[in-house]
Amino acid sequence: MSEATTTKPGGLADPAARKALMAGVSSEPGSAKPDPILKVDTIVRSFGGMTAVNVDHLEVQRGIITSLIGPNGAGKTTFFNLITGFDKPSSAGKGGAAWSFDGRRLNKTSAASVARAGMVRTFQLTKALSRMTVMDNMLLGSQDQRGENLLIAPFRPLWAAKEREIIAKAESLLERFKLLEKRNDYAGSLSGGQRKLLEMARALMSDPKMIMLDEPMAGVNPALTQSLLGHIQSLRDEGTTVLFVEHDMHVVRHISDWVVVMAEGSVVAEGPADTVMSNPAVVDAYLGAHHDTDLGDDALLNEEVADQLAEEVAAEEADREQTESAKKEGTS
Amino acid sequence: MKSRATEPPEVRTTRATQLSRLVLVLPFVAFLMALGTPSAGANTLTLCQPTAGELSCVNGTVGSRAEPVGDADVTLTRPDGTEETVTTGDNGRFSFEAPVVGEYLLSLDGLPEGLEQIPPEAQFAGPDGTVMVNVDALGRQYVPALTVRSVDYDSSGTSKTDQLLQAGVNGLRLGLLLALASLGLSLIYGTTGLSNFAHAELVTLGGMVAYGLVNLGGLNLWLGIVLTTVICGLVGYTQDRVLWQPLRRRGLGLTQMMIVTIGLALAAQYAFQYFVGASTQKVVVRTFDSFTVGPVRLSYMDVIAMLIALVLIIGVGLVLVKTRIGQATRAVSDNPALASASGIDVDKIIRIVWTSAGALAGLAGVLYALTISNGIRWDTGMQILLLLFAAVTLGGLGTAFGAMLGSLIIGVVVELSGPLGAPGDLKYAVALLILIVLLLFRPQGLLGRPERIG
Amino acid sequence: MDTIIGILEAMLRTAVNPATAGVVIAVIGLNIHFGFTGLLNMGQAGFMLLGAYGFAISLDQGLPFPVAILVGLLAAVLFAVLLGAPTLKLRGDYLAIVTISAAEIIRYVGRLSNLSEYTGGSQGLRGARYQEPFINLSFLSEDGRWTLPPEGLYSWLPSSMWAGETGGRILGLVVLVAAVAGAIFLIKGQRNRQKELKPGSDLPFAQRLRTGLAVSGLIFVAVIAVFYILPLTLDQTKSNGWWVRLVAWSMVGISLLVAMLLVRSPWGRLLRGIREDEDAVRSLGKNVFALKMQALIIGGAFAAIGGMVYVLPSTVQPDNMGRSMTFFIYTALLLGGAATILGPLLGTLIFYPGRILIREVADAYIPDSIMSSSQTDQFSFIVVGVVLMLLVIFRPQGILGNKRELRFNV
Repeated sequence: MSEATTTKPGGLADPAARKALMAGVSSEPGSAKPDPILKVDTIVRSFGGMTAVNVDHLEVQRGIITSLIGPNGAGKTTFFNLITGFDKPSSAGKGGAAWSFDGRRLNKTSAASVARAGMVRTFQLTKALSRMTVMDNMLLGSQDQRGENLLIAPFRPLWAAKEREIIAKAESLLERFKLLEKRNDYAGSLSGGQRKLLEMARALMSDPKMIMLDEPMAGVNPALTQSLLGHIQSLRDEGTTVLFVEHDMHVVRHISDWVVVMAEGSVVAEGPADTVMSNPAVVDAYLGAHHDTDLGDDALLNEEVADQLAEEVAAEEADREQTESAKKEGTS
Repeated sequence: MKSRATEPPEVRTTRATQLSRLVLVLPFVAFLMALGTPSAGANTLTLCQPTAGELSCVNGTVGSRAEPVGDADVTLTRPDGTEETVTTGDNGRFSFEAPVVGEYLLSLDGLPEGLEQIPPEAQFAGPDGTVMVNVDALGRQYVPALTVRSVDYDSSGTSKTDQLLQAGVNGLRLGLLLALASLGLSLIYGTTGLSNFAHAELVTLGGMVAYGLVNLGGLNLWLGIVLTTVICGLVGYTQDRVLWQPLRRRGLGLTQMMIVTIGLALAAQYAFQYFVGASTQKVVVRTFDSFTVGPVRLSYMDVIAMLIALVLIIGVGLVLVKTRIGQATRAVSDNPALASASGIDVDKIIRIVWTSAGALAGLAGVLYALTISNGIRWDTGMQILLLLFAAVTLGGLGTAFGAMLGSLIIGVVVELSGPLGAPGDLKYAVALLILIVLLLFRPQGLLGRPERIG
Repeated sequence: MDTIIGILEAMLRTAVNPATAGVVIAVIGLNIHFGFTGLLNMGQAGFMLLGAYGFAISLDQGLPFPVAILVGLLAAVLFAVLLGAPTLKLRGDYLAIVTISAAEIIRYVGRLSNLSEYTGGSQGLRGARYQEPFINLSFLSEDGRWTLPPEGLYSWLPSSMWAGETGGRILGLVVLVAAVAGAIFLIKGQRNRQKELKPGSDLPFAQRLRTGLAVSGLIFVAVIAVFYILPLTLDQTKSNGWWVRLVAWSMVGISLLVAMLLVRSPWGRLLRGIREDEDAVRSLGKNVFALKMQALIIGGAFAAIGGMVYVLPSTVQPDNMGRSMTFFIYTALLLGGAATILGPLLGTLIFYPGRILIREVADAYIPDSIMSSSQTDQFSFIVVGVVLMLLVIFRPQGILGNKRELRFNV
């Protein structure tokens, strides 16, 4: 595993190369990719009578940014939970669900093993560990720490070297995400956007092959949104595969090399951003939930519109976050 | 004589009984009595007196202290093989000297017709149905048990089947009262997410209030029960108003709230001791008449208590299903935020839940004190807390109907496990065992829905 | 004045009691469960009782001393595995319910008359049946008595300044205050210097060692000063003398050290992560279930050792380690400060003598007509319950807890 994390492909920093790579891929749902890192087959999850996710086939190309978009309730987060081992597929799927990551079958793998295999995720509601410092949060993200073994833990000399090494790594990541001066603060004292950044930085501590970001832009102020997008792009350029969930396509169209659209639990379209946005199935899916936003407009270039849009998204997210957390409080 | 009595011989039970403490005290009491009344019967038994380092004694009673068996022959075989036989008098006493260390065997013969000896437990069984007494030191007193039962033990009276029938009915009684108490626990959990460890103290409070009203205050029993229910309901209401609602508003986490309930339980238990004392208090002094149906014996109070519980359980069930408040309660249990958004006053619902939880628990406490525990003590509720939690978890945390089902199962299982071989309080362990097995295979409980993860 | 001295003496006797030391160790264990990992173990007393039974019954049956300790530890470990396996994958409440029930079951089993040959039934297992091997280990005199502080310490002073005399008491008080203040000053200074450094790097070892030694020395002086104010005379060995106290408090020291090494390691960091959000830790590739199980086992093992220490001078009485004990352990932990290293020690040292203080003061100054002497005892427990509630509501971080982590759930 450690071998895999260190031998990353050079990265696809050149836009033309990415375009060329994906040029031959058909824009049909479930189309085959030249070098898929993640393959998913017949994955079904239903709650009660409702089918939340029903994906027949999906491949995610290595080394590019794929965004998974769709209106609220399209099953994106549930799909995320399923492939990262945080939820179990319903047995109802015909022939059973199967998915593999980098050639490894993950059907019955625990969330922890999925992460160790190199597919690390973040959460829609940030899970910054509030009563731990930013630095401790980062250090938790690192793999293969001998000091995490109970029998070795009491003997500091046995793990002190590794600790120094990962502290240095955490510092450079924090530097990059502009969180270095916060390293001794409790994560709970950070702003929402900073927590998103911290969570992303923490996920990167393990040098994942693929990082899965669940609505990284939700609730983040517009200034930070730009820098977040920049971070995601530079990750791709360094060779990390990125899959991220977003329910608003404006936010993602500039950085996505490939867009997968989900609606009502299924993949309804995929392809390059421009192709997808003109797809009638996508317009249909969005009109159901988001008829007030203009789909074709290149709004992100216009600052005023971008701000307005971000505000709208933030308000919506905050609202949802509030109900979610209230719900969580009530049931857990 | 008195000076000798002040230094009781060291007493050692060789056969453990459920009344081990009684057994420890009784020989001493009997010994005093025997000394005090040397001419109690025509048969004057010379009681053996242990002497430190020289002489141990094997003393005891054939039958039990309450029902001694006279005119039975007790034979002691010493380690050297010599025998000595004593015929018991009306008090059923026998007494032997044991001058050397070793294994002594006791056999019992000549029992009156219709009686037979209960075989000793394995660790005390000697050859040929004798009771083995291991005299391991001199200067002690050994009290082996020579208990008897009627010969037709297996065919009538307390046969296994009849025992099981009686236990089943007792289990139903316990289950119904547990259901009454656990409904509130489950509803509180469902609506607020709080595991209320002080719920058992509401049960105790019911018994205590009834004791105060009926026994001390001389109030009519039925009126007392009603008034107790009302008072406990008010306590539930006040608790929510004064404590839990403000804490919810403060945003105190559920874990911390749970620890608050532990503090409350602790304070309440000692407050009961402070005001009422540490002994068991009876709600009513008289005992209730009882009747038998076939092999099952029940008091009229048992029947009334079971009926009250049954009616109320069905009533609560109907309220939950049919009425607006009930539906609102279930909506809050499902999703407080959604319920709140759809115009339900969540705080009001929780207050109603607390009030009824208090009332139901209090009522359960009175009925429990009247029927099962025959009185109320500061820790009565604490003793059934385990069962309440087992019942609620078994049925599915937070589901009211699950709590009812779980209570009935736990009640019956606990009572049945006694006759089926679980000694003493260990019958409660059976409830826990069920709980652990269930959590392994169906963690959401019998009626709970599977949880969504992540 | 005599009443006050009497009360203070009663408090001191409670504070140095081996039973108190046993509870401190159990609180250290609960701190690993609850304070660091967030596990709601409501059966810590059950772990203690199992440890005590395993230890005492083994000795009673003639097994060697080290084996007896292992048996006690093993019993607690098995108990942890048995309870953890079905519950640690579920929500926290389940662990609470199962542990509180299981601890009660242990107590019921201990009280069973069928087993009284081994457990002593509800009377408990008398100390005489298992204490001998431990007493034989003592290197102190077999039946002499000894007073702390020893006379040699102060015989050169004028007799009015001797330990226990009025002048001596004032002297002791002054020394005590000075020593405590000095220790706090040194610790604060060290903390401030540490804060200025980069995280992960430490002050030079020599400097840390110097401060550590100085603080230890001052604490030692403070302890001596306490005994200078209130001299204590006890048997040297016997079943409840200095020997058992020496061992009990040494065990506390070792436990604190081990706990500190554990929680300040990456392993301890994982535990805190699980406390904050186990899904997050899972998403970082850590086996949360295994870690929670390890924490449950380690904390339970501490409790088992605590149980052994608890029963060393007395008897294994199952009712002494029932639900109330678990609640006291929680109170002590929250009082001292959950998720701190020294919180368990401080909390217990305040809790037990504090309860004695309440009881004795109520006994001495409230007339019997208002509160009888048995009621003062109950009154002190009511206060304990109320204090537990107030602590959780108003100062969840306890005495030593960090102000910045004011809330459990931010």
